[in-house]
Amino acid sequence: MATVTEKLEGMDVWLYHGQIYIPNTFSAGAVGSRFLIELRDKKRIMGMRCPTCNRVYVPARSICKDCFEQLDEWVEVSDKGTVLTYATDYETKSIQPTGSPIVYGIIQLDGADTGFVHMLGEVDPEQLRVGMRVQAVFQKEREGSILDIKYFKPLA
Amino acid sequence: MSERVGIISVAQTKYHPNRADVSEEELSYEAIKQVLEETGISLSDIDSAVTCSQDFWDGRTISSMNIQHVVGAHLGHEDNISEDGINAVYAAMAQILSGRQDIVLVEAHTKESQTDKSMVENAAFDAISMRQLGLDFTSAAALQAKRYMYKYGITAEQCAMVAVRNRANAKNNPLAQEPMDITVDDVLGSKILVSPIRLLDTKPISDGACAMIMTTESRAKKLTKNPVWILGASNCYETHYLGDRDLADCDALTKAAKKAYSMAGITNPLRQIDVAEISTEYSYQEPLWFEGLGFCDRGKGGKLVESRVIKMGGNLPVNPSGGVLPGNPNGVAGMARVVEAVLQLRGEAGDRQIKGAKVALAHGYTGICGQHQAVMILGNI
Repeated sequence: MATVTEKLEGMDVWLYHGQIYIPNTFSAGAVGSRFLIELRDKKRIMGMRCPTCNRVYVPARSICKDCFEQLDEWVEVSDKGTVLTYATDYETKSIQPTGSPIVYGIIQLDGADTGFVHMLGEVDPEQLRVGMRVQAVFQKEREGSILDIKYFKPLA
Repeated sequence: MSERVGIISVAQTKYHPNRADVSEEELSYEAIKQVLEETGISLSDIDSAVTCSQDFWDGRTISSMNIQHVVGAHLGHEDNISEDGINAVYAAMAQILSGRQDIVLVEAHTKESQTDKSMVENAAFDAISMRQLGLDFTSAAALQAKRYMYKYGITAEQCAMVAVRNRANAKNNPLAQEPMDITVDDVLGSKILVSPIRLLDTKPISDGACAMIMTTESRAKKLTKNPVWILGASNCYETHYLGDRDLADCDALTKAAKKAYSMAGITNPLRQIDVAEISTEYSYQEPLWFEGLGFCDRGKGGKLVESRVIKMGGNLPVNPSGGVLPGNPNGVAGMARVVEAVLQLRGEAGDRQIKGAKVALAHGYTGICGQHQAVMILGNI
């Protein structure tokens, strides 16, 4: 934690450079944990079906937003899907998991009724289009994280 | 609403890229002092304060803790809203309608210059499913912009027109941060941040504060010659996970607007509303929010952006102040829209005044891709 004070040039004002570091331990919950474990151990992308509206949510989650039903029907969806939208981030930011540019995408996986928010890779930004078919590329070393999927690459 | 709530005074600081010369409470004081002086109300007359600030922007938990002495909350009632400040106005309205609070001070401040925008925004995303991807509000907005442009054929030129018009309108607003004479080509030639969003499609880092005093109908009539009434107000929330929504549509805004219109007796917004102040941090949002607000059908926002209707001198001028794009801070932006609507209805909007304005709309939103939407209808009769 920096505790530097400095005088602003031309101003009789002092600035204090602080930083708050607060560790968090987030639980993925029962459903989220299994979703991540399936990614890690079996490279499977799991969804959850609502018994009332029949919608398949991906990533799997425990409650339907419209029906308020508690969900328990696991469904494996495809690792292939269709790009609903995309955006290329050219800025370099400390929050980014990889070097920039990063191509973000929302992908509707085959068998899912929701979009899956992730990254696109092995793709020329000029070739990006809504509707393009993509497939998940998994990391070799996986740890039970959304980043166990490296990105989605265009299907040949 | 049987009993009306009146706004009797409003004030804003000038919006600025870096107010390192003042602390947060000094910045807030600049706006609060103005509303107290105008009304002759002293801090001890304030029954309740509703403050609006956000912990991550302010860099402390319970961000309102350090401003109690400038909002009249020293040994007094205070509530804090961490969404957009338009929701602080709503909370103040509810307090007054409860019959338990007479005079309520509303305050919003943010100094965006004090921290790292993308880090604060990234922390708003679900930690497990989205935060680790490195998303911030601009990259999420770019996903929404692309989806919207794809689904309805909205063009980059139409979005650029929004960036141009708002910055040009800001030339009539002495408190605006970046009034500019720019062209569509300037916008389309500016640096790409996250495609399709370019530098001039979004707002600069901004510091600022605003304040208002609200009270009951009877007190308002005694305290000022020109009170402004809240005729309708509503908000609506939608799902957080970006993949659960079709980002090309804004269902939450549609619902919020319908409810606010119904309270205010608005059936034809383009005809019945004289001036609108809308929160658009990114240029594509203006046509999209037009659709949500029912100013046009879905997918027709691009055409409305091109038309004279929403320009100064049109049927429904949108953002005579310049709105958010020339620079308003997070949290303050939507409340500043209410402040601008009040100035219009009091005939105090200077060079940006819409003559004879009687009914105004103010809009604010909070969160990723407009997850939480708020609409307020105000009038002076």
